[in-house]
Amino acid sequence: MPTFVYMTRCDGCGHCVDICPSDIMHIDKTYRRAYNIEPNMCWECYSCVKACPQHAIDVRGYADFAPLGHSVRVHRDEEKGTIAWRIKFRNGTEKNFLSPITTKPWGQAIPKLADVAGPSKEMRDGPLLYNEPKYIRLDDGDLHTLAAAGLKMKKGVYY
Amino acid sequence: MFTVNPFAELSALLSPAVLQTYVVLMIVLVAAGTLFDIVHKGSAKYFFDNWRRSKARGARQVGGGELLSIAVRTALVDVLASGEFCNRKRRIAHLLTMYGFVLYVVTTAVMIFAYPTPVTPTPAILPQLWWLGALMVCVGGYWFWFFIRADVAAEGRSPLRLMRADLFILSLLASVTLALLWAAAGGGTGVLFGLYVLATTVLFASVPWSKFAHMFFKPAAAFEKRVSKADGTAENLPTQSRDDPEQQRRHSMELLQNAPMQMGLGIKREPPRHY
Repeated sequence: MPTFVYMTRCDGCGHCVDICPSDIMHIDKTYRRAYNIEPNMCWECYSCVKACPQHAIDVRGYADFAPLGHSVRVHRDEEKGTIAWRIKFRNGTEKNFLSPITTKPWGQAIPKLADVAGPSKEMRDGPLLYNEPKYIRLDDGDLHTLAAAGLKMKKGVYY
Repeated sequence: MFTVNPFAELSALLSPAVLQTYVVLMIVLVAAGTLFDIVHKGSAKYFFDNWRRSKARGARQVGGGELLSIAVRTALVDVLASGEFCNRKRRIAHLLTMYGFVLYVVTTAVMIFAYPTPVTPTPAILPQLWWLGALMVCVGGYWFWFFIRADVAAEGRSPLRLMRADLFILSLLASVTLALLWAAAGGGTGVLFGLYVLATTVLFASVPWSKFAHMFFKPAAAFEKRVSKADGTAENLPTQSRDDPEQQRRHSMELLQNAPMQMGLGIKREPPRHY
């Protein structure tokens, strides 16, 4: 299940309302605190969780993916430039991650395609996409293709 | 006008005992309303259950001395300086409203109980502080209501839309504004006085339905948040940060090896626009 707000921590600042891409975080009429008006439309993008200055929002993951008794919480610190995750499993295992925020200012890190040479005929006919294999890890050899696995495509439907 | 005790002037038309009974009744309504709210919502039960669970899970035990120092820090930072607010405008508006309300209520009570009639002359400072407190509430409250409130443009609603969440702030502003208008108009028991009493009664009697009681709950919540940070649970939030040299040496932090500790405001630089 998707995001929910701890009403005791929320102060109604509206950051989550502003940042939700689905516009499903609204302000409650009785308490002026935030709440998720349409949980089944939530894609758990974690934008509101990261944006909340009071850490008042949490996500209850779907039970087939995140079993009962788990806890996943995140702290995005823009001033330090880090994003930290603390993941608790129900057997007590805890994993702590700390990474830099890699979101770049708009327009600064996008490659200028006008300056790059167009693809040659071999590149267009080949199986690799733009900037592959650089952008994908090929630790276990080349791309996984049918030919590489010794298989052949058979036309038609077979059960 | 600013040095006149409007309640002493009123004693000619209305016995001071009536005013004093009214004040006591309002205090009782607030206490009863808050207790009813606590019992009805189970807030105390939840709070202590959470406290016990947190203590059981904590990485370290927080001793009595440390609890006391945390309590003092909560009182100084979170309560007296409204430290939980991250947004500066909200914080200042809240400080104005909070201290204005305290000043206004205390001076009202002192003037009604200690200087009820013109026979006991009121020291000039009291009505001045009464006016100051009321004006502070007006400045902070109207600023919040018209400029800081977060549910208008984001959801395309009219700024004049009222909901139950607004009961506290609006009855407070009504009470204080009517008090000032009544005092400025010379006091007496006319329409303004009637409206003033009505607004004040609504403010104190609606405690079970309004956000009035937040002033009692928030300090407890702030204290609990600080204690959970001290005992390691931190509501399951990550406690590792870049400040720790051990964390700076992580493989994942390679990109930030030479970056400054303060990297700028990020999204805080662009606060959400609600108007």
